[in-house]
Amino acid sequence: MGRKEDNIKKAQALMNKPKQIRNLGICAHIDHGKTTLSDNLIAGAGMMSEELAGKQLLLDFDEQEQARGITINAANASMVHDYEGQEYLINLIDTPGHVDFGGDVTRAMRAVDGSIVLACAVEGVMPQTETVIRQSLKERVKPLLFINKVDRLINELEVTPEQMQARFIKIITEVNGLINKMVPAEFKKEWSLRVEEGSVAFGSAYHNWAISVPYMKESGITFKDIFEYCKQGKQKELAKKAPIHKILLDMAIDHHPNPLDAQKYRIPNIWHGDPESKIGKSMTDCNPNGPVAFMVTKIVLDPHAGEVAIGRLFSGTIKRGENLHILGMPNPNRTQQVSLSVGADRISVESICAGNIVAVTGLKDAIAGSTVSDDPEMEAFEKIVHYSEPVVTVAIEAKLMKDLPKLVEVLRSVAKADPSIQVEINQETGEHLMSGMGELHLEITEYRIKNEHKVEIKSSLPIVVYRESVDKLTPKEFEGKSPNKHNKFYITTEPLEENIIEFIKSGKVPSEGGRIKDARGLMMQMQELGMSKDEAKGIVAIFGPNLFIDMTKGIQNLHETMELCREGYIEVMKKGPLADERVMGVKVKLMDAKLHEDTIHRGPAQVIPAIRQGICGAMCLSGRVLLEPKQKVQISVPQDVMGAATREMQQRRSVIEDMTQEGDMVTIKSKAPVSEMFGFSNSIRSVTGGRAMWSTENCGFEKIPRELLDEVVGKIRTRKGLKAEPYDAAYYTS
Amino acid sequence: MAKLIFIGLGLGNEKGITLNGLETARSCDSAFMESYTSILEEGSVPKLEEMFGKKIHILDREGVETGMEVLEHAAREDVCFLVPGDAMSATTHVDMRLRAHALGIPTEIIGGVSAFTAIPAMLGLQNYKFGRTITVPIPEPNFNPTSFYERAHDNFKMGMHTLCLLDIQKDRGRFMTANQALEVLAIIEEDLQQDFMTPDRLVCVVARAGSEDCLAKAGYLKDMLKQDFGPPLHSIVIPGDLHFLEAKALVELAGAPAKILTEE
Ligand SMILES: Nc1nc2c(ncn2[C@@H]2O[C@H](COP(=O)(O)OP(=O)(O)O)[C@@H](O)[C@H]2O)c(=O)[nH]1
Repeated sequence: MGRKEDNIKKAQALMNKPKQIRNLGICAHIDHGKTTLSDNLIAGAGMMSEELAGKQLLLDFDEQEQARGITINAANASMVHDYEGQEYLINLIDTPGHVDFGGDVTRAMRAVDGSIVLACAVEGVMPQTETVIRQSLKERVKPLLFINKVDRLINELEVTPEQMQARFIKIITEVNGLINKMVPAEFKKEWSLRVEEGSVAFGSAYHNWAISVPYMKESGITFKDIFEYCKQGKQKELAKKAPIHKILLDMAIDHHPNPLDAQKYRIPNIWHGDPESKIGKSMTDCNPNGPVAFMVTKIVLDPHAGEVAIGRLFSGTIKRGENLHILGMPNPNRTQQVSLSVGADRISVESICAGNIVAVTGLKDAIAGSTVSDDPEMEAFEKIVHYSEPVVTVAIEAKLMKDLPKLVEVLRSVAKADPSIQVEINQETGEHLMSGMGELHLEITEYRIKNEHKVEIKSSLPIVVYRESVDKLTPKEFEGKSPNKHNKFYITTEPLEENIIEFIKSGKVPSEGGRIKDARGLMMQMQELGMSKDEAKGIVAIFGPNLFIDMTKGIQNLHETMELCREGYIEVMKKGPLADERVMGVKVKLMDAKLHEDTIHRGPAQVIPAIRQGICGAMCLSGRVLLEPKQKVQISVPQDVMGAATREMQQRRSVIEDMTQEGDMVTIKSKAPVSEMFGFSNSIRSVTGGRAMWSTENCGFEKIPRELLDEVVGKIRTRKGLKAEPYDAAYYTS
Repeated sequence: MAKLIFIGLGLGNEKGITLNGLETARSCDSAFMESYTSILEEGSVPKLEEMFGKKIHILDREGVETGMEVLEHAAREDVCFLVPGDAMSATTHVDMRLRAHALGIPTEIIGGVSAFTAIPAMLGLQNYKFGRTITVPIPEPNFNPTSFYERAHDNFKMGMHTLCLLDIQKDRGRFMTANQALEVLAIIEEDLQQDFMTPDRLVCVVARAGSEDCLAKAGYLKDMLKQDFGPPLHSIVIPGDLHFLEAKALVELAGAPAKILTEE
């Protein structure tokens, strides 16, 4: 039996011993070496030939990923590792390395209990390093640090041993600073990194070696030795003495929690049902005999098996051929294959129990983010929050008539596998809208539609997504009249408080499709955030980060039109009065209403338009503003091309926030509108002669400057086939 | 001087209009007709056009609600606005009249026979004993009101009869039947448990009031639910306390069970 087959056997036995399981994710800023590391870990653990490792990039099995050399999808792999005479099962998840795929990183974190944050020794802590640490801590996933590309530091940058150590200290201090700032209070002490305890390692993923302080003691290797090995081109030898998979997997086993320990504190953080209930207890206990609680974190498309749902099983055992409920879907799905993953291979087994990362086929209604259980009444897991919302859109059409229906199906399936893609299907025109996190994100998705789903498409140039909001409180209540003029609604709008917007975005609000589920709980939470009791009590609906509040008292028959009011409110929140874009950060208050006595005169055809008119009119009087998506742009360049790089940024309506110098390299931090950033990668390359390192990260929406407002609004409206000028309040009076 | 004259067309078909109405309509410059709060029998409109010697412009709900076209004509010529039933029973018509005045257009009214009197008449119930009229809407997603049930119940508790008009959605080709409306009321009863629209409650149905094939029926809710009352329009009456003469009329004229004569 080969080593691989042998390991598969062992893995199957270890699956049932949660104390000997570690679920971990590797995450990093793009290009810091995540894929190289994952491959070498898998190879080292005997799941791939050692010669190939580091070259084959096994986890990047997506054709498109290989072509671009960047990791797009978080794939998973299990491996067996021996530590102090005991065998362990390591379930590894690789997370996407590009900022455009932030949604995937967050979801991958839900599946694991520990993370290894990679930082390149040369580049240091980058914006996305901070993001992945934040994502890890938010999910109560314990971070460890690996400082990679140490060989480059020594051989290319030619630092002295002292400078090398100083650089390590700088990176560790920075990472610890980030952890300290964002870690939940209860873990503050325990989760800080300590070099002497071995929660930090250094090495070269490419050359297959790593070192930690405890291992230095154990093996007698010193920093000085490492320096020498690298200088003398003897890294192969070093890799034999200090193999990367051993050092890093030892570190994970030693410092990462097993699922039994981790689920105790992770479950209350990601699930808000009754902790004393059967399912609640079973999850905190990681009980293999309890009800099934499976959280899908990813859907991959397999050419043979079809859609595979991958995720974390927190309770129970999933068996082949079992009926499971996808919460929120009407009918149960039957599981077909249950498997462990080894790189691109999936090893089919009869069943897998709680505490593992599992791949299941047959769950055709599941999407990334679904909760799956054998109990249809189970409370779902907290929604996985995306740190960023879609910021760019393309219009997509099928090239061939015959593909029209297929394209709709494919777009739905694409959105299912990647919830950070939003699609808007338009059956009438056949021109569908697809929004995502950035230019590249959409490009890759288009590539998949063409190559994996085999649909020829035409797509428009990308355009940015805008949001509408308001500036101030409506000076006077605005009267929205029903078409028959027998019903009147008096409405005000105002900017919603920042902390409440944040709270809604955090996904902790008990609301579904705008409907409030736990009104009492919500009221208490809102009051804690500083909202007045009257307002908190009257919240009728939450849609996007916007509130609809009923401030009226004792109006006869109003309660039976409230559902229609909610509908009208949602319509406006989806398409605002300024440019038909989504509304963001607006508090809508119903102050008074006059209703016709006869129900027949206040049906849907009357109430919905009246509320719409009321809200649109009030927004006009509240000073409408347009918000545009912004990006943080960080550029590192040699000093002599600094001027070219700053000029490039200045042309793009950006604000330079910080400039620091280290040696010859200058780092420029700035913030720019996404709309100005199209084509940036080509320009920066050409003006700096390819010597710039840069990265971008979405950082939310901000008001468009006043002087640009009319022009941008006019353009959006014209593109949508609307009259260039938005309507004013008077229009909404009639 | 241009003006706007509201003319009630009465019930049934083209023959429900008064002589006064007919003569006035003939002398007007143009005629509009609203067709969504009530309707006449099929084929009535061409006959009216023949009688008036002019084209009738049919207005849908939006046309009536905005009233633009009518008012614009009435500002320069004599316009009649034709309404099935009585001229002024719907709030919308009052609104149009007020808007005409606001524009300085004088208005007149020529009344017509109304369901409000015709229906009690067919059943032999006394007009002065009716409470507030209600309308039963066709339930729609997110719209399941119950206030009309409560109004009818209020009437009932005070011993008054309730006339229930039924939803007409001509634009969507839907007319609520008495059976549908009774079912809506029975479902609300199940929800609210008020001991009001119970299976043994006496209810009356009037179909096509004013037409030749009109029909008046009284019976228990559970039995009436199953009966077919033919083509639209339908209305319902929920009797309150019955005078012995009214009870006798319901038995004689609407086939109510004789038992009601001996019941309190
Ligand atoms: N010299 C050196 N190169 C490395 C090391 N680790 C990764 N690389 C290279 O850095 C590039 C990016 O690595 P990759 O694993 O694809 O990064 P990812 O985007 O984080 O997945 C590749 O060209 C790797 O060969 C290392 O330790 N030393």
